Amino acid sequence: MAKVISAKINGILLRVEEGTTILEAAKRVQIKIPTLCKHPDLPASASCGICIVKNRGSNKMLRSCCTPLEEGMDITTHDPEIIEIRRTVIELILSNHPNDCLKCARNNQCELQNLTADFGIKEESFPQFLRDLPIDQSTKAVDLDPKKCILCGRCVYVCQECQDVWALSFLERGMQTRISPAGDIQLSDSPCVKCGQCAAHCPTGAFVEQDNTSQVWKALQDPDKYCVVQIAPAVRVSIGEAFGYVGKNFTKKLYALLRRLGFHAVFDTSFGADVTIMEEASEFEERLLHGSRPLPLITSCCPSWVDFMEKFYTDMIDHFSSCKSPHEILGVLSKTYYAEKNKIDPAKIFMASIMPCTSKKYEITRNDEMFASGYQDIDAVLCTRELVRMIKQAGIDFESLPEEECDSILGEYAGAGVIFGSTGGVMEAALRTAHYFITGKELKKVAFESVRGIKGVKETEIEIDGKKLRIAVAHGLGNVEYILNKVREAKINNKEIPYHFIEVMACPGGCVGGGGQPYMVTDELRIKRAQALYEDDNEKKIRCSHQNPYIKRLYKEFLGKPLSEKSEKLLHVHYKARPIYVK
Amino acid sequence: MYAKIVLIKDTDTTREEKTREAYTRLLDCLREDNLHDHVQVVRVSDIGIYEHGLVVKIHPDNITYANVQEPDLKKIADSIKDSKVIEELVFKPNVRQLRLVLRNCGKIDPESIDEYIASEGYLGLKKAVSDLGQQKLIDEIKLSAIRGRGGAGYPTWLKWNFAREVNADQKFVICNADEGDPGAYMDRSILEGDPHSVIEGLAIAAFAIGASKGYFYVRAEYPLAVERISKAIRQAYDYGLLGKNILGTSFNLDLEIRLGAGAFVCGEETALISSIEGKRGTPHPRPPYPSVRGLWGKPTVINNVETLANIPQIVLKGGKWFSKIGTQTSKGTKVFAVTGKVKNSGLVEIAMGATLREIVMDICGGTLSGKPIKAVQTGGPSGGVIPQGLLDTPIDYENLQKLGSIMGSGGMIVMDEDDCMVDITKFYLGFCVEESCGKCAPCRIGGFQMLNYLKKISEGRGEINDLSQLRRLSLAMQKASLCGLGQTASNPVLSTLKYFEAEYNEHILNKHCPAGKCSHLVTYNIIEDKCKRCGLCFTNCPVNAIVGDKEKGYSIIQEKCIKCGRCFDVCKFKAILKK
Repeated sequence: MAKVISAKINGILLRVEEGTTILEAAKRVQIKIPTLCKHPDLPASASCGICIVKNRGSNKMLRSCCTPLEEGMDITTHDPEIIEIRRTVIELILSNHPNDCLKCARNNQCELQNLTADFGIKEESFPQFLRDLPIDQSTKAVDLDPKKCILCGRCVYVCQECQDVWALSFLERGMQTRISPAGDIQLSDSPCVKCGQCAAHCPTGAFVEQDNTSQVWKALQDPDKYCVVQIAPAVRVSIGEAFGYVGKNFTKKLYALLRRLGFHAVFDTSFGADVTIMEEASEFEERLLHGSRPLPLITSCCPSWVDFMEKFYTDMIDHFSSCKSPHEILGVLSKTYYAEKNKIDPAKIFMASIMPCTSKKYEITRNDEMFASGYQDIDAVLCTRELVRMIKQAGIDFESLPEEECDSILGEYAGAGVIFGSTGGVMEAALRTAHYFITGKELKKVAFESVRGIKGVKETEIEIDGKKLRIAVAHGLGNVEYILNKVREAKINNKEIPYHFIEVMACPGGCVGGGGQPYMVTDELRIKRAQALYEDDNEKKIRCSHQNPYIKRLYKEFLGKPLSEKSEKLLHVHYKARPIYVK
Repeated sequence: MYAKIVLIKDTDTTREEKTREAYTRLLDCLREDNLHDHVQVVRVSDIGIYEHGLVVKIHPDNITYANVQEPDLKKIADSIKDSKVIEELVFKPNVRQLRLVLRNCGKIDPESIDEYIASEGYLGLKKAVSDLGQQKLIDEIKLSAIRGRGGAGYPTWLKWNFAREVNADQKFVICNADEGDPGAYMDRSILEGDPHSVIEGLAIAAFAIGASKGYFYVRAEYPLAVERISKAIRQAYDYGLLGKNILGTSFNLDLEIRLGAGAFVCGEETALISSIEGKRGTPHPRPPYPSVRGLWGKPTVINNVETLANIPQIVLKGGKWFSKIGTQTSKGTKVFAVTGKVKNSGLVEIAMGATLREIVMDICGGTLSGKPIKAVQTGGPSGGVIPQGLLDTPIDYENLQKLGSIMGSGGMIVMDEDDCMVDITKFYLGFCVEESCGKCAPCRIGGFQMLNYLKKISEGRGEINDLSQLRRLSLAMQKASLCGLGQTASNPVLSTLKYFEAEYNEHILNKHCPAGKCSHLVTYNIIEDKCKRCGLCFTNCPVNAIVGDKEKGYSIIQEKCIKCGRCFDVCKFKAILKK
């Protein structure tokens, strides 16, 4: 039990737990102290100096974001002097910022812009100083424009501390300070795994997703193209945030929307997820019962995680599920199965994926196996934020759209497919089907609550057919080390494996917290998005992938059975060790 | 080989003859006493004492006689013969330096632990670990009321006590030897001249808080200091003064050296910790204070070199002894590195409470040029200027702060009328801008913008509104910067604006630099009447801005002139007018 202290903020007496920052405490008494560098999802970096407040009796000003409220403090959060200093600091930041807001990807969504508006700054008080630094577009997923960077350090923190990737760091000092991969190389030559958490947390337009909307608009205009689209689970529960809805599922409005945008057929990535489960659960069954390849089996539907593993955990390649990610599976099926069934020339099919993710942009060309249909399986990836822009460009009143169904035969999904968007979801979906594959019996209770939730590492034990299976789920790449070190250690010492099955998603919270999702994400928001997915699952009649009649049909008509030769050719991949730094 | 060396100098005049007369006379007297083969007499051009008549110093006896009259020379010769001291002639300076910190510097061999031990070395540590114990030790330090010498003046005992009270499996002590103020070398001299005193101080601090591991964070630009500390640490291990079971007790301490890469901001505690941890040297928010959560998250006490060098003496002689030295709020002595326009620049250690004038005039001999002092800058780049009129202020932490400066680590730069306040401010601010780690916006951009305003003013492009912009930015930097560097970087600006606003106005309104320092505002012209047409300026001008010949005379083409001042310097007839 933390000690409770009492203090005053703007004359209001309040009691909070010891250790609560002044910023947090102020919120409890309805005071929002202006901040810029502080992101509610991250610890204070204390780099902007805007959240300063006064404490009676002290000549100094305190940074409310990182200073705990202390017993007896008497805090003033605003007075003419504080406001004037905040204004000066904002003006200083603006003197080192391009201020070309109209042409910026963050226009209208920029935290610096909002603050500038709040303070009514109308002119540049100080001479402009900008360095001529090139934009890094090398990853094809996330672009870095160092000129727009205000050095809040959020991206460095998420990249180093949350994701353990260490692609980003501060370079040089003083006015020369900038964000860049160490060694001043391009992002594509760095350890960057394209997770996009930098972009999701950036307050300005320094890190933004690479925009592919014009490519999609162009395809939609092309009479020779047959445009199809798929939406990922996590998108349906976050897109509402752009229109003021939190934790609401917009699946059916999204189907309607995508048709209005001009797509000929609308599919759902959740169906791809069901296929993934068929393959992955079979793979698990195979490894568990026949030992063809080693356990633990590690999930591989997250491209950032795959990239991370190929760079940092190459000794785990054998443990990786060779199964493709759901959207890639749907991509290849659309240009083979769907094209055959509907007698469409696959060369004419343009497949766009609407993803919560920036990394999927990289994934679609990551190796030759992404061209399994004979064409590029996915032609373009748009993240949630890009789709929001397209909705606005098209002038569609999203909220009032009628609800529509998706297109058969790549649309109807089981509950298992949609929970893929949350941490623990892939594991839960896989266990439902693996149980059936191993025992031949259906589960009475399909929910595995122990793998759900926002805890960074979840370890649990479940029983299938009298056999105890050790399960681990990690999300946020920073949490991977703990699990994989245990595996490594056991392998080195020839000890019993610590886990049978491991799920990893690169982004905190899983895809609901993806790098391409709406801004200002916190754990609270991640939980709400995930809850909406679990509700979707809960309301489904069919909750297990292997029960999905369209899945059964797919295997009957096209693939044969899981891990068949055709499946292997179309739906599976190989991994290879990649250098952490490309020389 | 002479047994004694006598230095001689007439300090009332720069005329060499006077000294030479006395020198000859003294030689004669020595010859009369048959000492001329044993005593070497040397005429020196500076003896470190000013305006005290004829000064005679006798080495190795370290006797100084001042205001020596001609008849006294015979007495001096006789006294040398009889090995006596002539009391009435002995030099008594107004202010004596009080050497506590520098007590051993120059007296003992810094590479010999035996010599340190012979001068009471490690007795403080022994007393601390064997007699006092932690609580009494901290009580003694509290009684002494010593405050940190690194700049902020935080009570040392409080820091120790915080760290001591935290329960932790590991604690650390760090000696902050990342001295970086321009012109300051107090810490360097201590480390090079008496490394064991700092090791002993650090060991006592470690014992006080219960640390078993310590670091010397020394800047890599101090190779001799690093060498001497390394050697001293090895010797201390050999003597059982470091390592396991120190002095037969259960106290263990390992010391290690970490080199700083020359970033000024790494002298700031939290940045220093980051640097030792192998991270980028940038400051972090406090609290948590290092004494609660410091190096690798463990309680850590960071003390400055000079603070630590005081500790052994305090422990040995008692806190009460120390607290009698100095002023009400600031106890003990302070070492200053006095540089700039003084006759005698160097390290000065005085008891707190001495005045700036005493340091600058009495100890350092006033200005070299003989021109009046304009101001004294204290506290390095975080400090401020103190104008001539306030030089009688007794030095302590509070007084300097009241004047808009700080004690800082002890840099002191003396300026005369040839120094321009805008220029000096530009120098200091430029230093901080260069050394800003870049983490926080007010310091990073604020300092840069201020420097640009100062450049503008010094180049004759200043506008009167620039001063209010400077004040506005100063306030924002002071209040909104994260660490001490940013919070104090504007002090030189504020203090010069406070005392020398007229000089800024002169630059802005009249485009004129009264000191003639700001090269953009200076013009050079040849005074025809004085010019002897020697052509020296013509041949020396690096940009051929001087035209003419020996027949017609010379003139300066202003558009070409780069204001380097070369012509002014080389002209033997003062025929170049600088204004």
